[in-house]
Amino acid sequence: MAVMFSGCNNSKSPNGNRGALASTAAEKVYVPPGEHDEFYAFFSGGYSGNLTVYGLPSGRMFKEIPVFSQFPTNGYGYSEETKPMLNTSHGFIPWDDLHHPDISQTNGKLDGRWIFVNGNNTPRIARIDLKTFETDEIIEVPNSAGNHSSSFVTENTEYVVAGTRFSVPVPQKDISIKEYKGNFKGALSFIEVAPETGRMNLKFQIMMPGFDYDLSHPGRGKSHGWFFFTTYNTEEANTLLEVNASQNDKDFIAAVNWKKIEEYINNGGGTKMPAEYAHNVYDHSTHSAKSTIKKEVLTVDPTKVPGAVFLLPTPKSPHGCDVDPTGKYIIGNGKLSADLTIHSFDKMIAAIEAEKFDGNAYGIPILKFEDVLAGQVKSGGLGPLHTEFDGKGNAYTTFFISSELVKWNVETREVIDRQPNYYSVGHVMIPGGNSAAPFGKYAVAMNKITKDRYLPTGPELEHSAQLFDISGEKMELLLDFPTHGEPHYAAGIPAEILAPKSQKIYRLEDNKHEFAALGGDETRVERNGNEVHVYMSMIRSHFTPDNIEGIRVGDKVYFHITNHEQDFDVPHGFAMIGANNAELLIMPGQTRTLVWEPEQVGVWPFYCTDFCSALHQEMQGYVRVSPANSDIKLSWSLGE
Amino acid sequence: MKKAGILMILGSLLLLGLFEFPLWNIMLGAPQYPDPLGMNIYISGIKGVKEFDIQNIDGVNHYIGMQTIPKPWEMWEFRVFPLVIGTMAALGVVIGLLGFFGKVNHWWFLGWFGLMAVLGILGMYDFNLWLNDYGTNLDPNAIMKMTRPNGRPMTYKPPLFGHQKMLNFDVDSWPHTGGYLMFAGMILTLVAFFIGKKSKNIAQ
Repeated sequence: MAVMFSGCNNSKSPNGNRGALASTAAEKVYVPPGEHDEFYAFFSGGYSGNLTVYGLPSGRMFKEIPVFSQFPTNGYGYSEETKPMLNTSHGFIPWDDLHHPDISQTNGKLDGRWIFVNGNNTPRIARIDLKTFETDEIIEVPNSAGNHSSSFVTENTEYVVAGTRFSVPVPQKDISIKEYKGNFKGALSFIEVAPETGRMNLKFQIMMPGFDYDLSHPGRGKSHGWFFFTTYNTEEANTLLEVNASQNDKDFIAAVNWKKIEEYINNGGGTKMPAEYAHNVYDHSTHSAKSTIKKEVLTVDPTKVPGAVFLLPTPKSPHGCDVDPTGKYIIGNGKLSADLTIHSFDKMIAAIEAEKFDGNAYGIPILKFEDVLAGQVKSGGLGPLHTEFDGKGNAYTTFFISSELVKWNVETREVIDRQPNYYSVGHVMIPGGNSAAPFGKYAVAMNKITKDRYLPTGPELEHSAQLFDISGEKMELLLDFPTHGEPHYAAGIPAEILAPKSQKIYRLEDNKHEFAALGGDETRVERNGNEVHVYMSMIRSHFTPDNIEGIRVGDKVYFHITNHEQDFDVPHGFAMIGANNAELLIMPGQTRTLVWEPEQVGVWPFYCTDFCSALHQEMQGYVRVSPANSDIKLSWSLGE
Repeated sequence: MKKAGILMILGSLLLLGLFEFPLWNIMLGAPQYPDPLGMNIYISGIKGVKEFDIQNIDGVNHYIGMQTIPKPWEMWEFRVFPLVIGTMAALGVVIGLLGFFGKVNHWWFLGWFGLMAVLGILGMYDFNLWLNDYGTNLDPNAIMKMTRPNGRPMTYKPPLFGHQKMLNFDVDSWPHTGGYLMFAGMILTLVAFFIGKKSKNIAQ
């Protein structure tokens, strides 16, 4: 008996009364059936090219929004209407590496109109509408490569930025890579956002020295009008960067006074240069996207605009660049350093006014480290990456190497609490964390390595997020949940801001799609040479028409299908045997087009893929395909 | 009699609320319709509570072979009811005015009330006939043919008044604003009768 008791005690002692704590955590993340989460959280899908939508605190995934990737689930990037969204100056690029989501702001507060994300590989910025949760617009960023210090918005969403991670020759040309130093440029792009429509326009690019621009954040409050970008490889090395770009003890945070540059441009400054880049816009009335190739971009040489750009020395290969909610402090996290560096905006302005410069880089003034430094957090951990704020004077920084989340006081720089992460934490997100008014109730750590946290799924596991309750003095781990792809940052917003305006259907009467069949009498099939256009409608539980004859091998068949439902959450799907693309998932009131090029004679079925009603299984039809030289006339029917 | 005349006029005018507000409301709720589907029955036609409710009720009902909900031009009632209500309101105002000036006595008020009550009962009877037809006159080719435990074909007549469970739907049928205004108006005309009667007694 004694052995049993002591055994029992031993098994409990290492974790104290963790059982009780664990049940408290469960209560805090439990959202009973039928009830809703308190926050939406938008996680970057990284190499999945998608944005995923989760609920907090439950950690339940609600939706995957395709942005830079073809998405067979609903035909995005496969349907004729959405293919133009993935057009670029390099042609159709059906994938990208989606990094940093940021929600639109008004007066420094989240307004929940749009969320912006960046494509890192083929530089792009996308805008997603938060009424429909669909990608509305994608703009390519010329003269850039690795659009990493992006896509953060200024406090009235005047601009969304796109800073290049890789410097490249501008304009691109065939030169030796060894000629990198002094010849390559780093473009910082400022894309203006139309206040009513959200429509994006690349207003100007600042041509910076050939460093690597890593991350960025806007100023706010008193620092509104400035934007801050971390750099690495100020050595301008072009080979074995892990060594050669880690030689300088300090790299820089580039501080950009964009208001000054805006003024310069509005007075006719800047140089127009030829550049090809795609601008893709989706229209919710035609349910179609259009891609336009733009031919010109306005560039700015920062040395021509005195007082606009300064360099703040920051140790050592700084990664994260975060501005606190008051806008007073700029935090640069040296990913190879043990300390956090906090710059003071006021001290920076004072040093600029006193012209206390410590040389320059390609003509851009460098400020003295000591003159701009507000202080450092000592022994916070190893490898600080990213910082978010709770709006109560505290900051939360992730440390990749020591794998922990550290809470510290922004003013006193004292460490308050630290919690281990499982494992290798990258980004952290507090809803509204990149705004003047964070909702400091939860923090989500986005971990890179997952092993042993979930049941194994072969060599690859989804990444693991960890939810912390940060409402108290100490952080409390509440929940592990898997995230899709590899999240690089996330953005959270209270559900009460988004949920009431979420769109439930598209109104059929507002459908201006060129090929829509809005009434049963508009359904038909038309031949134009070897192109056949099928104008089809769908409603529970049939297609109109459901029998089509007169199609020939070698035809290019366009199925233009309109969903006549006007009921929330009743999409219909469309799948055609042998179609070498994907299915369509068509929302109520929407029109979508799938191309099918039949290769074989026969009678081939199509069907609805999204379970729609008790008669869903009966929602199907046939297409008769005759030989290429057949003279069978086009015909179509329903109910005959 | 002046007070009674005013009440008679007010009561009759309350009928005009039917030109603005629904007489009746039927709601259909089910687990898959957390926002219930509903129809508002006006004297001039039926409208969905939400914009697309009628289309969606028709969509649900077609499985069991119910007819689509009638459009305003498909039923004579929607042409006749506004005339009847307008006429009764005008008649009530005239009687009230005549009462106010002492040209007619309080029995006219009761007469109007009686006529209105008879018309109302006829209206309810007609409404019930329609509900009956709507719920029982089913398409013989309906996809689903449900039977009761006793083997008889199931019918789907919504309740004239109150709540009823129909398959997976909870159906609630109650008067709406226009209806309540009408009832209140009729009660006022009845009160006008009693006040008129009382003032007559005092005068004598």
